[in-house]
Amino acid sequence: MQNPLKLIKNGIFSENPTFVLVLGMCPTLAVTSSAMNGIGMGLAATAVLIGSNFAISALRKLIPDEIRIPAFIVVIAGFVTVVQLLISAYAPALDKALGIFIPLIVVNCIILARAEAFAFKSGVIDSVFDGLGMGLGFTAALTFIGAIREILGNGTLFGATVLSPSFYQPALMVILAPGGFITLGILMGVMRNRKIKREKALRGSAYPEYDGWKDLDACGGCALKGLCSGGNASVVCAKSAPAPSIPAPNTKEADK
Amino acid sequence: MSLIMLFISALLVHNILLSRFLGCCPFLGVSNQLETAKGMGVAVVFVITFASIMTWLSYTFILVPLHLEYLYTLAFILIIAALVQFVEIVLKKVMPGLYKSLGIFLPLITTNCAVLGVAVINMNEKYGLIESIVNAIGSSCGFLLAIVIMAGIRERIEANTEMPAALRGLPIALITAGLMSIAFMGFNGLIK
Repeated sequence: MQNPLKLIKNGIFSENPTFVLVLGMCPTLAVTSSAMNGIGMGLAATAVLIGSNFAISALRKLIPDEIRIPAFIVVIAGFVTVVQLLISAYAPALDKALGIFIPLIVVNCIILARAEAFAFKSGVIDSVFDGLGMGLGFTAALTFIGAIREILGNGTLFGATVLSPSFYQPALMVILAPGGFITLGILMGVMRNRKIKREKALRGSAYPEYDGWKDLDACGGCALKGLCSGGNASVVCAKSAPAPSIPAPNTKEADK
Repeated sequence: MSLIMLFISALLVHNILLSRFLGCCPFLGVSNQLETAKGMGVAVVFVITFASIMTWLSYTFILVPLHLEYLYTLAFILIIAALVQFVEIVLKKVMPGLYKSLGIFLPLITTNCAVLGVAVINMNEKYGLIESIVNAIGSSCGFLLAIVIMAGIRERIEANTEMPAALRGLPIALITAGLMSIAFMGFNGLIK
């Protein structure tokens, strides 16, 4: 068993799902129009992550390797339904604010990726703490982005006025759709700038010129990105899948 | 007339990527070449349209009569996953040429939130079968439009060597998407 504090810290900082692994972009962009929505979405995803990591880790010896991905999806969808019903019963306002993005937790890459990378290979207690750490990392990132957008776009934080309208005219654009893309883009740029500077200080002139475009390939749309290192036979990967081996229809020659 | 409005609304005004934020991962990832982006877009049009029909039928004729509406998340994702597998097998057999160009994207589409998203929107808005199909085609053509535009822009900005290293890749792609989103907001006036 690993140290639970280490697992939680790993999820929040060194493997933060939003800023380091870059998983689950859709909810990150869509629900962060206020800090409160960010917390709500983050906690809902955390609950699903803990539940699905627990169940998958407990069932890992029973699930055959070949059908593990469909099995994961069924488990995750079950927990999402539970969380969805709980939210609509006890927090109807949050249910309305998050809307379609609650059922869409099912296809959130983070949850499937953690099931595949961690829960399917580790003990039950470790998996629960990994789910907790990853979920808290996701919640922290969403709350941070939500807070920035809420302050700039509405002048408030958690509903309390921070920048009074007498000296700051809120830029509504920041809480609308374009603001989501641009805020996250600038934040990612800042994070990457820090990382590049740190690497340069560490390795001096030996540091090769970094090209972000290479990271942004077809794997960007894949739930298993960041774990499969370019695809090998043991993980499902469209990129490494053998090229379709069906010969072009050659009926004319066959007829001869 | 209202069907045309629905189509335009799904295609431009409430563009699935730029205003609803569904399917961002492939939008940012698979837009590295114009050809690949086209392939992905067409595959998405294909799958979303079929998935909308299947989920509408199963919701109306299976879940509602059995009073199991609350299980829609589970049912929809299973239908979509099975459908993608099915489409893959059929394409492989019937149209090997098309399979060659689209096949690689099909596994990626299962976990694409746009497919499940459109199915859930159809259900929430209580669309009929025809409206669901129109909404699905409109939304998925919106996806195709956005990803092709993005790929076209990306082919040019990738060649720009003056850009700061920290912005290259994901950050500038997100900012570009934000500017495209502002442009698409201009379509808001099309629908009252």
